[in-house]
Amino acid sequence: MSGVRVLVGTRKGAFVLTSDERRADWEVSGPHFPGWEMYHLKGSPADPDRIFAAQSTSWFGQLIQRSDDGGKTWRPVGNEFAYDGVPGTHQWYDGTPHPWEFARVWHLEPSLTDPDLIYAGVEDAALFRSNDAGATWQEVPGLRGHGTGPQWQPGAGGLCLHTIIQDPRDANRLVIAISAAGAFRTEDGGKTWQAINRGLQSGQIPDPDAEVGHCVHHIARHPERPDVLFMQKHWDVMRSDDGGDNWYEISGDLPTDFGFVIDVHSHEPDTVYVVPIKSDEHHFPPDGRLRVYRSRGGGNNWEALTNGLPQENCYVNVLRDAMAVDSLPECGVYFGTTGGQVYASADSGDSWAPIVRDLPSVLSVEVQTLP
Amino acid sequence: MIRVHLPAHLRTIAHIDGEVELDLDGTVTQRAVLDALEERYPVLRGTIREHGTGKRRAFVRFFACEEDLSHEEPDAPLPAPVAAGTEPFLVMGAMAGG
Repeated sequence: MSGVRVLVGTRKGAFVLTSDERRADWEVSGPHFPGWEMYHLKGSPADPDRIFAAQSTSWFGQLIQRSDDGGKTWRPVGNEFAYDGVPGTHQWYDGTPHPWEFARVWHLEPSLTDPDLIYAGVEDAALFRSNDAGATWQEVPGLRGHGTGPQWQPGAGGLCLHTIIQDPRDANRLVIAISAAGAFRTEDGGKTWQAINRGLQSGQIPDPDAEVGHCVHHIARHPERPDVLFMQKHWDVMRSDDGGDNWYEISGDLPTDFGFVIDVHSHEPDTVYVVPIKSDEHHFPPDGRLRVYRSRGGGNNWEALTNGLPQENCYVNVLRDAMAVDSLPECGVYFGTTGGQVYASADSGDSWAPIVRDLPSVLSVEVQTLP
Repeated sequence: MIRVHLPAHLRTIAHIDGEVELDLDGTVTQRAVLDALEERYPVLRGTIREHGTGKRRAFVRFFACEEDLSHEEPDAPLPAPVAAGTEPFLVMGAMAGG
């Protein structure tokens, strides 16, 4: 019988939620690594029993944990993320140069085909790669060597590389995004990179054609249509139809174009989900009503999904890695909140229910669809 | 025999129950103790001292014999009761964060 495994990273531990394909009853396992910030957990598409987790605290730094039995048992693997060469400087918040320093792993992206290959996006922004299932890590040096690195500046959450998207047609093609530098693409496995930010408008940057300096919050893509990218940035929901070469705005009739998450329906490449948040200062849903917005036409026209979601006095946030979809015949959509709820819809977003509540603040949600 | 007391998070990830006991040759220093600790528990590399620089992490403190040894030189001899094993070398998480 098929089923679903939901991997939830929180401020104070990790949780694994499992259900059969009906997605009506859930078993909650955890907290794993209680007390530690679990920025991200993700399973290997090539081996669903292999799951990687980024574990950190301010006191004791970064650890990477790996499970080879679907999250039942874990063991720490390599945690040394050494920048290649002389790290140099990036811009600090005040515009002055600031030394590049490793802080934490924000995002883990296992290879689509090789269970031993995994990428890590880190703060201060860099891309690391492991070819031995996390035992050792090497920086992919071409990204920071792209030349614009000294101009990159941190977003409010830090200078973080948070999005890594693999092209199912070609393992050498990657798209990554950094707050607040922008999006970048490689077509040669990371040796050379191109900034792909044409069309992004960032009000804080006087130059409308600035190559970098854009606060991209998240990028999503449907695997069957790799050249179409959807982006939620600090302001504006954006779309590219040419792999990121050019972007145009699709915020349309959203109540606010600010938000963090964006994801694509597993079977409908033009069905897109966002969770609008009121302004960059407030970071909570407009009017205290938690609404997922869905566009079934690739953007611009959005419908509010409210059935089962709190529609008064709700002031939680949904962070950039905290939404995911399953690939069951009726697409399941999942998201976690800073209030500790994980909501799920087993009908593409038409109706929602919390599958667990009162967890620590949720940092990430990923889904594995199990055979 | 040197006794080392670790904070709960580090005991958990290293699967340590109670204090660690280490046998050292030569002068008992902070560096020698931590080198031996990391040799026995490689998972602790990077959690007490930074990779590369070997510097104490900012929110980690060292104490022994009711003294704060956090800012002592890494190669300075530790107090005689620590070297004799009558007092533990304490690795503590600073009271910061939440």
